[in-house]
Parts: sequence; C-alpha cells; structure tokens
Amino acid sequence: MPVSSLLDRFRGEPTEPILGQNRAASIGLGLLTWFIGLLFFFPLFWMVLNGFKDEIDANSSPKLFFEPTLDRFSEVTEDTQGVLSFKEAFGNSFWIVLISTVLVMLLAVPAAYALAIRPMRKWRDVLFFFISTKFLPIVGAILPIWIIARNITFDITFPLTGWVWDVDIKLLNTRTILIILYTAMNLPLAVWMLRSFFAEVPKELIEASQIDGCSLLGQIRQVILPIVAPGLAATALLCVIFAWNEFFLAVQLNPVEGSTIPVWVASQESGRGNFLAKISAASVLATFPVVLCGWVAQKRMIRGLAMGAIK
Amino acid sequence: MTTIEPAPAPASAPAVDRSEEVRRLQRIDGWKRRLPILPALLFTIVVTQIPFLFTLFYSLTDWRIDKPDPRQFIGFENYSGLVDDKFFRQAAWVSVQMTVMAVLFSLIVGTALALLLDRKFFGQGFVRTLLITPFLVMPVVAGFLWKSQMFNATFGVINWFIELFGAEPIEFATRYPLWSVVVVLVWQWSPFMMLIVLAGLQGQDASVLEAARVDGATSVGIFRQITFPQLRPYLELGTLLGAIYLVQVYDHIEVITGGSPDSKNLPFYIAQRSIGGGNVFGLASAYSIIVVIASIILANIGLRVLSGLLEGDD
Repeated sequence: MPVSSLLDRFRGEPTEPILGQNRAASIGLGLLTWFIGLLFFFPLFWMVLNGFKDEIDANSSPKLFFEPTLDRFSEVTEDTQGVLSFKEAFGNSFWIVLISTVLVMLLAVPAAYALAIRPMRKWRDVLFFFISTKFLPIVGAILPIWIIARNITFDITFPLTGWVWDVDIKLLNTRTILIILYTAMNLPLAVWMLRSFFAEVPKELIEASQIDGCSLLGQIRQVILPIVAPGLAATALLCVIFAWNEFFLAVQLNPVEGSTIPVWVASQESGRGNFLAKISAASVLATFPVVLCGWVAQKRMIRGLAMGAIK
Repeated sequence: MTTIEPAPAPASAPAVDRSEEVRRLQRIDGWKRRLPILPALLFTIVVTQIPFLFTLFYSLTDWRIDKPDPRQFIGFENYSGLVDDKFFRQAAWVSVQMTVMAVLFSLIVGTALALLLDRKFFGQGFVRTLLITPFLVMPVVAGFLWKSQMFNATFGVINWFIELFGAEPIEFATRYPLWSVVVVLVWQWSPFMMLIVLAGLQGQDASVLEAARVDGATSVGIFRQITFPQLRPYLELGTLLGAIYLVQVYDHIEVITGGSPDSKNLPFYIAQRSIGGGNVFGLASAYSIIVVIASIILANIGLRVLSGLLEGDD
C-alpha cells in the first residue's frame, strides 16, 4: 500500500457518523458536543478571567463582570531579591525541557531504527524492557537518586601512575539532575512511539534506495525522515508537555537553584493575604506556552497516537 | 545422480571455513543492528535500574538520615512491620481506588467525547481544541484552579451554582478529598483517552461502514460489531498508558488536599516518610520495594495486553 494512501486515513477528518442518523438528532448531538466542550474549557476560562481581576473581585462570590487589570501579571513577573522570579524559572524550564527533549530524540531515534527498520534479534524483549521501566514507580528510585544527587564524592586512583582523581559532583539543586531524569522519564514513551512510526516506512523503499547506492545518511535523510517527520514532531511535543509540567521531581530534587515553572507557580501561594488572582495570572503565564504548542499540533498528535500506538 | 562422486575430504575444509565466515559476518551484522539501541539502553539501565538496586539495599537497613548513627543491616525487619502499619494499608487502598476510578472514568468520558467529535458539525475543530486543552495544563495549575476556584466553599463556582438551588455550600476538597482529586484527574485525562479513541475511530475503513449501512445495519449494530472490535486495542492502550501515569499521581494530591489521609496514595506517603521530612529512609525504601513488586505484577498483566497489540506485527 502506498504510504500516501496510508497517511490519508489519518487526516483527522471524521469518518461517517456513527451517532445521529437523522437531521434533528444530528443537530442535537452537535449542540451537546459544543456544550460539553465549553464545560470542559470553562475552568480554564475562569482562571484566565481571574488573572485579570483585583484580589477583591477574585476573592468574592463569583462574578463575570469586573474592571479588567493587568496589575496581577506585572506583580507576578517583577523581580524581588531572594525570591524565585518568573524570568529565572522560565529560563530554567526552557533549557531543561529543550535539552532533555533533544537528548530523548537523539537516544530514541537510533533505538527506534534498531527496533523497526533493521530490527535486531529479540527486539520485542528490548521494547518491553523500555516500557517496563515506566511501570517502576519513581518512588522506587527517588531515594537513591536524592542521595546520589546530593553529593557524589569518590576517588579514582589510576593504576601504575598513582594519580588520584577526586570526583566531586554536586547534582542536586542543579539543572543537570532534572535534565537527566526528564530524559529517562520520557525515553520509554518516545522509543515506543517512534518505533511504530519507523515501522510505517515501507521496506521496499529502503531496499530500493540501497540498490540505488544510497548511503546510510542519505537513506535516513531522503527516505526515512520525510515519512516519520510528523511522528517525530508528535513525539517531541508529548515529551515537552510532560517535562514542562513535571512538579514532583522538580520540587523534591531542585528546591533552590534551577527551579522550574511549576515550582514557581506553587510558590505564588502565600500564607498571608489574598493570592487567588495572583496565582491565576501566574498559572496563565505558566500554561500558555505548552497549551499553544498543543493547539497547533493537535491533528498531528491524533495521527501520531494512531500510528504510533497500534501499528 | 550416481555419476557424481561424493566430494573428497579436503574439499570440505573450505566449506567449514565458509560457515565460520558466515557466522562471523552474522555476528558483525548482529552488533551493527544492536549498536544504535545501546546508548538508549545503557542510559535507561543506569538511570532507572541502578537506583532501584540501591533502594533494595537501603530497605534492609535501619537507616535514618537525621541521625548520625551508622546504618545497620536489619534484614527483613522493615518488611515485617509493614503489615501492622495501618497508614501504609490506607495509602495502598487509596492508590487502588484512585487509579481504578480515574482510569475507568477517563476512559468512559473520553470514548463518549470521541464518538461525539467523530461527526461533521459546525465548529468541530474548535470544539476539539477546547476539549484537548485540559490535558495540556500543568497538574499544579489544574490542582490550584479546581481547589480554589471551583471547589472552594466561598469563592468556588460549583458552590455558587449549588447555592442557586438553595443548597448549603460544601468544601469539597476537605469533605470528599479522594473524589476531588479523581474529578480533576478525569478532567485532565479524558482528553488523552479521547485522542486515542479518536485515532482509532478515524482509522476505520469508511467503505466497510458504508457497506454495513447499505446492508441495513443499525447504528447500534455497527458500533457493536464493527467499531467496538476496531476500538478494542485503542481502549487497551489507553488503559495501559493511563494506569502507568495515574498510579504515580503526586502533584494533584499535594495541591488539592495537601495529602490528607483519605487522599494520600502510596507514592505520596513514601515521599512524606522519607525526603518529605519523615527521614526513615530504610523503612520508606521497604515501602518502595513493595510498590515496585505490586507494579511488576500489574505490569506483567499490562505487558500481556501489549504483546497482544504487537501480535503479527513484524
């Protein structure tokens, strides 16, 4: 089957309706879907509204009409000495998410190649191993990671020469530990999804390119990449979402330096005074980048999950 | 055939060489095939498996991080105390309830949403965008949002709505902590299930549906006999991925209830007893090992499902 026709099946267009054969029922179901859609979105709409309110308006019985103000946004983004600032947290999150996602892709793409295009022996067992690591709850590993990350000190004495190399790596409270853990957290899912995308590349196409004397690099660039590109994008996006939103590891391992956006949002909750509008404004800023990415790539993600999951 | 004489002995020597050569080439080929996966494999083993071995070791000691005493090897003492720890039992029960309810309800709601969305109507793409959004929202934000702006007894929208009907406002997060967390989890994970089921629906062969309709099949009949069997692997996949993530929920609990006893699952309890200030690292490690063993049992069931998904895919 030509690839294009295979891909056509996942255009994101609806198939023939299963529900609602007659016209009245069809309109009714359409309205119902709209209603549920708005209902699902309502909490977020409300949060955005609250972000533009005064604390007095936010901390009273719910009101829809008020005088909008941008004060809360400037309040949460201003720098205060000794307090985690938005700029700093955003920078930390940006680099941690970017580097860990790039690392995931660098590790997962060759792995998916070895699982799908030129499969190694027992590739199924290896794939199972990757997925099974996701079943290991993070609590099974968090303590030693915390200990190891807090301080690694040991000496390496080189044989014969007698040189001693003091290794002293402090990973806790740095961005490095989060980059490493987010990479490990997303790698199994990425391998799993990418393998299925790579399995979509027709074997004949690869053989033909080999007969034409295409180098491995050329084969990857000219044959494989164009076909798997949407899949790569969907996978990377999912990794970005999970890494950007992660809180547990960020707060447990990284409370001082290199704090990320979720930690910043949580820090807006203060013991004294009203903070509802303030935290709403902070939440809007924190969620906006990822929500925007998700909106742009949603069709691709549906297609990605379809092919990535089952094929 | 009799005219061909059996090959003389010396001629067989190169044949042996050739087979060795073949084997050598196969070995090289095998490593060439394996090479691209090694970095990912090594990374995963170092970051996920080695810490686990440390946890196993810690679980056999009486280690507390807040005391300078050297840690002592105490065998299985940590484990034997587990049965009597009623907080552990409670956390385990919360874990089971929370995971099962969150997965089940997200799956049901997600499937319903996917069926509704898989039709042509005005603004279909826009409504889909609205529905996907909760999945993209950071758990910490989702937690705060529901706790302070929806569930809250004085400023919460839900209570405002309830009061319209003359009912007393309810502080949901303290009255129904477990349900409060589950509601937020379902709000976030239904869109994910919806995406997976939607993918399954759109992978259907339109001509088969058309043929069934021409043959006079009813909508219910089509759903039961064509759509549902087609959706089954997608539903299984959704269950599996959902369970993997939902069994480890921490952020929502932290924000919504702060870990009240009725809504504290095992990951939360373990973190609380160790790095969260409890400091009993030896005991907490034993808890972790129990969680891991339970997960492995569940994972085995999950992997069977997976191998069913991969069947016939070579």
